[in-house]
Amino acid sequence: MSAMLEVKNIQVGYGKIIAVKDVSVTVNKGEIVTLIGSNGAGKSTTLRTISGLIKPRSGEILFNGKRIDGIPGHEIVGLGICHSPEGRRIFPRMTVKENLELGAFLRNNKGEVAADLDRVLTLFPRLKERIEQRAGTMSGGEQQMLAVSRALMGAPQLLLLDEPSMGLAPVLVEMIFETIAKIRQQGITILLIEQNANAALEIADRAYVLESGVVKISGTAKELRADDKVTKAYLGH
Amino acid sequence: MAKTTAPSNVAKSNRKWITGYSIIGVLLFITYQFLLPWEGLPLGIYDAIYQWMPPSAINESLVYIIMALGLNIVVGYAGLLDLGYVAFWAIGGYCAGWFMSEFFYFLNINFLGSVPAEAPGIHINFWMVLFIGGFICALFGILIGAPTLRLKSDYLALVTLGFGEIIPQVFFNGENFFGYNISNGTKGIVMVDPIPVGVKNLGPFDFGWKLLIFLFLTAIMVFISLRLRRGRLGRAWLAIREDELAASMMGVPLMRTKLSAYAVGAFAGGLGGVAFATHVNGVYAERFNFTISIFLLAMVVLGGMGNVWGVILGAFILSWVNGNGLTAFGQLYNDRFGTDVDFASFTFLLFGLVLIFMMLFKREGLLPESRLKLMLHEDELDDADATSKSGDK
Repeated sequence: MSAMLEVKNIQVGYGKIIAVKDVSVTVNKGEIVTLIGSNGAGKSTTLRTISGLIKPRSGEILFNGKRIDGIPGHEIVGLGICHSPEGRRIFPRMTVKENLELGAFLRNNKGEVAADLDRVLTLFPRLKERIEQRAGTMSGGEQQMLAVSRALMGAPQLLLLDEPSMGLAPVLVEMIFETIAKIRQQGITILLIEQNANAALEIADRAYVLESGVVKISGTAKELRADDKVTKAYLGH
Repeated sequence: MAKTTAPSNVAKSNRKWITGYSIIGVLLFITYQFLLPWEGLPLGIYDAIYQWMPPSAINESLVYIIMALGLNIVVGYAGLLDLGYVAFWAIGGYCAGWFMSEFFYFLNINFLGSVPAEAPGIHINFWMVLFIGGFICALFGILIGAPTLRLKSDYLALVTLGFGEIIPQVFFNGENFFGYNISNGTKGIVMVDPIPVGVKNLGPFDFGWKLLIFLFLTAIMVFISLRLRRGRLGRAWLAIREDELAASMMGVPLMRTKLSAYAVGAFAGGLGGVAFATHVNGVYAERFNFTISIFLLAMVVLGGMGNVWGVILGAFILSWVNGNGLTAFGQLYNDRFGTDVDFASFTFLLFGLVLIFMMLFKREGLLPESRLKLMLHEDELDDADATSKSGDK
């Protein structure tokens, strides 16, 4: 396995506030890696830095061996990193189909885009039923499916998922996690942020625990599930 | 549940509108070019047309429609508030003044112009000046946009407001612009060249034929608006209007997309500016004031932001009321009741009231764009959303 994404000692801040002090994360091809941690630990900021929405103050980010920190967000998508953001941020007044088409904004091969559209609609049959509906009129779970599908429409090598289970009913949470596992089977590498650490550690290969902007613990998901500190603080056993 | 609009329905509805536009255009042209000068026309009808809708008023409202369509691309499509659109009108107007008149009397350049070759000044063919004006405006749109489009909406509005004040002031005081006379100041540039259409040259009083030309320019703007809307760029504008951050996560380059909205909008301003200069046969600095920017914005809002046909309707109504309708109505009222009320002086009171009532009862405009309607009735939407959510769990 080769490292697809290497985040090396990044520091990120907004104005005077430093949200990420020193985070290093490696994601290998084909893996599901999860970042867990409490609110304000710097998980989302790390993800946003990877996808170019914020520039790191120091440190570097490598994707397939090439430095990508400093590349603007809209170009990062073209490199094959797609981000399903926190809070979903679908386009509420557009139809489901228009949302998905925007996900493929940078792609010119119409045949491939159509094939991918079929693929995500097979993954989420619910969206197929709602294809012409305005996205904002759907339920929270459906909107989350749309956010993930829209990111998939960008044909990512690496999919960044920020809290895909947030605010969803337990049945839907289970369904989303099953789908994430399915997406990995299709050969897409995933970096996942979750508050629901239990579920995340179940499907992930490796995990990083973030606390106040630094990586506290890292290891395979199995190790972390067995780790006392982790179970006490994050798994609620 | 929300109403859905399949793309084919949109195309069909557009075809319907385009047919309507063409029919109305042909009827107007026939009326003003053939019916009005016809000897056999009953005097009553002749007077009524001249009182309610004189040829110059209809042509002027078409110029306003061209401008409003341009502003609609910036405000309605891309969601960028522009309070200084009059600047592009002014630049377009002065392009006509510079390249189609004797203003630069010390030069003698004639390129397919409509005046004799020995006439002093720069005389470039009207159709080319249209494009020159459009492109110069687009260039200015990019120049003003590049440093400012990073700003968030309110600040952007303020900067455009400043731009809309500065440019007309430069022309207003342009008699001595670092030693050069670029605008003839308050005297303005009088007499621009007639419009060559092959068989003849259209002077300031060829209203009927100019109506046809303005209708054609409007049609070009409608075509551009509809095509862009359906295309990749239109979708990018829409995405930016909905959610900038999410749009950039989809790979939409924010700056370039916003700049292109500015450039296309400014291009229309240039077209309108050149057209207006030929309409009034001159360029007058004092006509380019802040009220025009607001007036155009009111047209877009009244008609229905983002909807080409709504904007045309809004622009037509407002420019008609402003130019002729209210005066004609006042005359009718005063004659009937023997009063002496100056209705035209109430124009802005009326506009104010119309805007207030529109905001209270029909925020989305007369012919709303379906998406915007949803956005402005979000409260009701949220309620519906909440019930559908609770049913889901």
